[in-house]
Amino acid sequence: MQTIIYILPELFLSLAIIFLLMLGVFIKKSFKLINLLTILSLIFAIALILNQSNEIIKIFNESYIIDHLSIFMKTLTLLFCFFVLLSSSDYIKSNNIDKIEYPVIVLTSTLGMMIMISSYDLIVFYLGLELQSLSLYILASFKRDDEKSTEAGLKYFVLNALASGLLLYGCSLIYGFTGSTNFEIISINLNEANAGAIFGIVFVIVGLAFKISAVPFHMWTPDVYEGAPTSVTSFFALVPKVAAITVFIRFMYVPFLNVFSQWQTIIVFLSIASMILGAVSAIGQTNIKRLMAYSSIGHMGYALAGLATGTNGGIHSTIIYLTIYLVMNLGAFACIFMMKRENVYYENIDELSGLSKNHPMMALSFLIILFSLAGIPPLAGFFAKFYIFMSVIEAEMYTLAVIGLLTTVISAFYYLRVIKIIYFDKPKESFQKDYNWGLKISLILSSLLILTYFAYPSILIDTISSIIIN
Amino acid sequence: MNFPILSAIILIPLIGALFILANRGEQKTVIKSSKYVAIFSSSANFFLAMVLWYYFDKSTSEFQFVEEKNWIEGFINFQLGVDGISILFILLTTFIAPICIFSGSQSIRFKVKEFFIAILVMETLMLGVFCSLDLVIFYLFFEGGLIPMFLIIGIWGGPKRVYSAFKFFLFTLLGSVLMLIAIISIYWIAGTTDIIKLLDIRIPQEYQYLLWLAFFSSFAVKLPMWPFHTWLPDAHVEAPTAGSVILAAILLKMAGYGFIRFSLGMFPLASDYFTPLIFALSVIAIIYTSLVALMQEDMKKLIAYSSVAHMGFVTIGIFSLTKQGLEGSIIQMLSHGLISAALFLCVGVVYDRLHSRMISSYGGLVNVMPKYAVVFMIFTLAALGLPGTSGFVGEFLVLVGVFQVNIFVAVTASLGIILAAAYMLWLYKRVIFGKIASSEIKEMKDLNIIEIYIFTSLVFLIIFFGVYPDPLFNTIDISINNLIDDYKTNLNFYLTTESN
Repeated sequence: MQTIIYILPELFLSLAIIFLLMLGVFIKKSFKLINLLTILSLIFAIALILNQSNEIIKIFNESYIIDHLSIFMKTLTLLFCFFVLLSSSDYIKSNNIDKIEYPVIVLTSTLGMMIMISSYDLIVFYLGLELQSLSLYILASFKRDDEKSTEAGLKYFVLNALASGLLLYGCSLIYGFTGSTNFEIISINLNEANAGAIFGIVFVIVGLAFKISAVPFHMWTPDVYEGAPTSVTSFFALVPKVAAITVFIRFMYVPFLNVFSQWQTIIVFLSIASMILGAVSAIGQTNIKRLMAYSSIGHMGYALAGLATGTNGGIHSTIIYLTIYLVMNLGAFACIFMMKRENVYYENIDELSGLSKNHPMMALSFLIILFSLAGIPPLAGFFAKFYIFMSVIEAEMYTLAVIGLLTTVISAFYYLRVIKIIYFDKPKESFQKDYNWGLKISLILSSLLILTYFAYPSILIDTISSIIIN
Repeated sequence: MNFPILSAIILIPLIGALFILANRGEQKTVIKSSKYVAIFSSSANFFLAMVLWYYFDKSTSEFQFVEEKNWIEGFINFQLGVDGISILFILLTTFIAPICIFSGSQSIRFKVKEFFIAILVMETLMLGVFCSLDLVIFYLFFEGGLIPMFLIIGIWGGPKRVYSAFKFFLFTLLGSVLMLIAIISIYWIAGTTDIIKLLDIRIPQEYQYLLWLAFFSSFAVKLPMWPFHTWLPDAHVEAPTAGSVILAAILLKMAGYGFIRFSLGMFPLASDYFTPLIFALSVIAIIYTSLVALMQEDMKKLIAYSSVAHMGFVTIGIFSLTKQGLEGSIIQMLSHGLISAALFLCVGVVYDRLHSRMISSYGGLVNVMPKYAVVFMIFTLAALGLPGTSGFVGEFLVLVGVFQVNIFVAVTASLGIILAAAYMLWLYKRVIFGKIASSEIKEMKDLNIIEIYIFTSLVFLIIFFGVYPDPLFNTIDISINNLIDDYKTNLNFYLTTESN
C-alpha cells in the first residue's frame, strides 16, 4: 500500500482517462466539457507531482524510479501538454476534429510518457513507450478524412513501429548478455568486453534516435509534422521530446555508463549530423510546419551534444536546452495557430508577409522567438546554446563545438528569412484577430520568458542543479 | 558615489524604448510623443554621461564606478565599470544617439515609432559593450546589437536592403561565434570571465595564438579589416542615414575597443607575434580601399570605403604599441566617429531632397545650398586630416607612433592621407561646384533649423578637439600608460620563460 503513494500522479491520470472516456460516451457533444476536464486533470496531476518527496525512491522491484530528474521532466511534460491543449482548442474546433477521443488520447500518450520517464527497467520502459507511441499514431491521423493526415499517420506508424522493433531487439540482446532487465544490474554486468550487449546498445540508440528524430533517422519528421493537424504537430514538437530525451539520459547514464567510450562516438555523430542537416535542409522550406520540423531536428542535435560529454554538467545543459526549446516552440506554434483568415488556417510562410504592419505585437513576439531560436543574445535561446557549448568545451570536444557554432550561423539564415518576410515584405491581408485567451497567454508567456531570461538566468540552473544521475 | 550611474546610463534608453512601445493612440500624436520621449531619454543620457566624465578620476588607471551583481551563481558576475579608454566611447555613443534620433525624425516616413525603439535599444546595447567588465556580458551586448541593426537596415533601408541586412548579420555572426568559443575556453583555462582578473592572469602561451585568432576573427569582421570588409559598403549604402551613422560612428569602434582591451590586454605574446599580419592587412586596407574610394559613383559607398581606410590607421596605431600610436588611434576612432557621422548626415540631407546618392546627379549645390556647402567643406577637410581638425590629431599621432616601430608601414600609410585628400576633394568638387546639374537641384532647399543645430554641434566638436585635444589626452593618458607597461612586462615574462 505504501508504494501506491509514489505513483499517485500516474494512477490519477489513468483513472481520469477511464472516467473521461466514459463521460464522453454517455454525454453527447461533450468535447468542450472533456477538454476542460482534461486540462484541469493535467493541473491536478502537476500538483500531485510537485507534492512528491525529494528523495530518490525505487519501487516495484526497483523497476520504477522517482527522483529529481523524473519529477522535473514529468512536470515539464504535463505543463507543456497543458499549454498545447490550451493554445490549440480554437484550431481543433474549426477543423472539425473536436471529437471526445482527442483530449483522452492526448492524456493517454502523456501517461505513457510519464511511465517512460520513471522507468528503471527495460520492460517497464517498453510498456510506457508503446502506450505513448500508439496514442501518437492515432493523433497523427486524427483528421481521418484528410489525405495528408492519414498519410502522416501511416508513415509515422510504419517507421516508428520499425524503430520500436529495433529497440526491442536491442533490449533482448542486452537482456541476453547481461542477464537482467533492471538498469542497475545491467550497469554492473556490462563491460567493454561484452560485445553482444554492446551490439544491443547500438540497436537501442538507433531506436531512441528514431523517437527524437535525430539524423539519419529523421525521415518521418517533416512529413508527419506537415501532414498531421497543426494542433497535433505542436504536440509532437513539444511534449514527446521531453520523454525521449529523459530516456536517452537515463539509458546512457545508468545502464550504459560503463561503456561510455563505445557510445560516445555514436552520439557525437548523431549530434553533428542532426545539426548540419537541420540547418541546411530548412533553408528551402516554404511550409512553416516543415520548417519547424527541420528546426526541431537541428535543436535535438544540440541537445544531444550536451549528452555526448558524459558529464553531469552535460546533462544539466541538455535539460536547460530542452526547457528553453519547449518555451520557444510553444511561442512559435502559438504564432502558427494565429495564421488564420475566415476560419482557414494557412501554413505557407509567405502568408506571414508584412505581418508587422497589421499585427505589430504578434510580429514582435514572433521576432523575439525566431531570434531566440537562432540563438542570438541576449535572448533565452542563446543561453541554451551557451550552456551546451560550455560543457562541450569543458570535455575538450572542440570539433563538436566548432561545427555546432558554425551550424548556428547557417540556421540563423532561415530564421532570418522568416523575419525578413514578416518585417521587410509587403503586407498581405490581415489575419483574424479573435484568438482565444489560451493562445494569447501562451504567446505572451513564451516571448516574455525568452526576453527576460537574461535578467535571472540562475533560476533555471538552481532548479535543476539537484538533478544528479549516478 | 553610490548611485549606480553606469546601470542608469545603460537602462535609460531601454526605459525610453519601453515607454514608446507602450505608447498607443492616434497615429500622429503617437509619433510626436514617441519623438519627444526618444529625444528626451537620449539627451538625458548624454547629460548623465557628461556627469560621469566630470566625476571620473583621471589620476588612476583602475576601473571606476564598478558595479557588481551576482548573475549566475558562482560563475558569472554582472560587472560594470569604466576606465579612461571606455569612458570616451560612452561619451561618443551618448552623443551620437540623439543625433540619430533627430536625423531619423527628419527622414523616416513610416514605422517611425518602431524606428525610435530600434535606435534606443541599439544605444543600450552599445553602451553595454563599453561598460561591461565580464567577457560573457560583453559578448551578450556585442552580439545583441545585431538584432536592432539588422532591422534598421532591413526595414528602413534602400532597394537592396534585404541582401545587405543578411550579409551584415551573417558576416558578423560568423566572426563572433568563434569568439564565443574562445570566451568559453578562457573560462575553462583561467577559471573566470571577469575582465579585471583576466588582465592579471597570464594565459598559457600554447593557448594564446588560437584564442587571439578567435578574437581577431570577430573584431576583424566588425572593424572591418581588409579582406573582411565587403559587408560594410553594402550595409552603409542600403542603411537609412541614422543607421549608417550608428554603424560608422559606434559599431566599428567596438572592434577597435576590443583589440585594445582584449587582444593587447590578455594575449600580449600573440599580439606581438601577429603584429606583422595586422600591419600588412592595415596597409593594404589603407591603400587599396582609398583607391577603390576614388572610383566610386555612389557617395555613401565612397564614404564607406574611406571608413575602412581610416580604420586601417586605427589598427596600425594600436599594434604599434607606442604611447603616441595607441593614444592616436583612440583619438582617431573618436574623431572618425564624429566625422563619418557628419559625412553620412551630409549625404542624408541631399538624399532626402533629391532621393539619389549618385555623385553624377549632383553639381553646383553651392548656388542653391550655401550653408550646406560650408559645413560639407569643413567635414571634407576634417576627413582628409587637415591640421586644426580632430582628424589631423589622430592620424598624425598614429603615424608618429608607427614611425618608431616600422618606417615602411608609416611611409606607406601616409600615402593614404594623400589619397584621402584626392577622393574627398574630388567628391566635394563634383557635388558642390560646377554647373547646376538639373532643374530639380534648383528647387532644393538649404539646411533647416534642426539640421543646422546638428551640424553646428558636430563642427564645434571636430574643430574644438582639433585645436585643443587636451581633455581627451587627460582622460586616457594614465590608462594607456598602464596598458603599455602591463603589456611590456607580460611580454617579457613570456619571452624569458620561452627562452629558458
